[in-house]
Amino acid sequence: MSAGTLPLVEQFSYGLDAPICLTWELTYACNLSCVHCLSSSGRRDPGELSTAQCRAVIDELQRMQVFYVNIGGGEPTVRPDFWALLDYATGHDVGVKFSTNGVKITPAIARRLAGHDYVDVQISLDGATAAVNDAVRGPGSYAVALRAMRHLADAGFAGFKISVVMTRHNAGQLDEFQSLADSFGAQLRLTRLRPSGRGADVWDQLHLTAAQQRKLYDWLVAHGDRVLTGDSFFHLSGYGAALPGLNLCGAGRVVCLIDPVGDVYACPFAIHPAFLAGNVRDPGGFARVWRESELFAGLRQPQSGGACESCAAYGSCRGGCLAAKFFTGLPLDGPDPECVHGHGEHALATADTAAVPRPAGDHSHRTSPRGPVPLTLSRRPPVSECNANPLAGFVPPGR
Amino acid sequence: MACAVSTEFDLDAAWQLAPQVQVRPERFGALLYHFGTRQLSFLKSPALLTVVRGLAAQPSARAACQAADVPDTQLPSYRRALGTLAAAQMICPREVA
Repeated sequence: MSAGTLPLVEQFSYGLDAPICLTWELTYACNLSCVHCLSSSGRRDPGELSTAQCRAVIDELQRMQVFYVNIGGGEPTVRPDFWALLDYATGHDVGVKFSTNGVKITPAIARRLAGHDYVDVQISLDGATAAVNDAVRGPGSYAVALRAMRHLADAGFAGFKISVVMTRHNAGQLDEFQSLADSFGAQLRLTRLRPSGRGADVWDQLHLTAAQQRKLYDWLVAHGDRVLTGDSFFHLSGYGAALPGLNLCGAGRVVCLIDPVGDVYACPFAIHPAFLAGNVRDPGGFARVWRESELFAGLRQPQSGGACESCAAYGSCRGGCLAAKFFTGLPLDGPDPECVHGHGEHALATADTAAVPRPAGDHSHRTSPRGPVPLTLSRRPPVSECNANPLAGFVPPGR
Repeated sequence: MACAVSTEFDLDAAWQLAPQVQVRPERFGALLYHFGTRQLSFLKSPALLTVVRGLAAQPSARAACQAADVPDTQLPSYRRALGTLAAAQMICPREVA
């Protein structure tokens, strides 16, 4: 507006006093075991932030004027204090958008949510049909999500979000997803599959083909005003016209992640020591991590486009997603693995696969989450309290 | 949603920040968040932030601009910026007694 100011996107690349888009994963516990879970969730971490510590974080977000947080997990609603924390946040000028698989959205909870001014709900669904969804999110998860949507719609919760991670198997269902959203008065949200968490193990099989990326881009250009994307497809802007949004990797600049134990990472898709900036329990709390961490200071420096700088599309795609490059073993100053001009495929073909960094912190269920494992307890008493001989009490057969 | 949406922003009317809007100053200007519409807006200069903050205390948007030392030559661009904020319901007309 006035002379001499940089374009907004340039301003944002130098960082803000507080994040615009803060993701806070409240727990690694989850009733599901989605194959592409970006945080490898399943089991609760015993070092999870306590209720009091979560309240302290919310107080700090209020002081920093973080207008809203995106709460996820894990499945955040399995925390017994989740609803109390939600009330605490909205009572302290911090709006809440939370992602859930729907497991705790009963009719009563749906009515309670519908009465909340500052709460948004995102129901995760990765297939417009049970077959496509359940292959990724687990048996029965489609039915649970649809039940939650029905409860929200019945309670009069208008405009909740249906949040879809785009995969090779649901890419052809865009119109079906839109119809489903319309039937509930909901809004569709599409996001990109990243090779993060357990996603690293399935990315090769599930990420969009080049032809599917092109179709998605065309669909977003045609319908983008109705659909949310969390700015996650900015690498597709390399096709031509930029998609709505900042078209910028926001990691450590406008975006960051607080994980269940309070660790602060540059972005929700970068749970790895290389992107760990600090912990909310450190002296100075979250504000100090955000404002003073060396890692974030580095991300806010002008970034080199490296191999991409000579490409005509670099101005629009900006080299794509940091996390997608990192977890596929590509240099951070080169093309995105899903570069729309094919430079990523070439880079992947020549990348050192042995050196690909593994996502940190596996919280996956050690068994599938279907209840307790049946154990048969031996009723044979010990031979004696202290006989350490491994053959004690062993009687060879035939004697 | 008591805010009027108008394509022609009236510099001589009285305006104010909408009640559900919070302002977070930033180096480049400010972030505005409307808790009702859940929309973010950006003020792209500190001077525009001064104008927006001054709206409620001034008899008109024009007076708020003058109080913020906005040169007359820049009034048209401020008018456009304020019009955009009004369309997004970030600022709204103020009843004058």
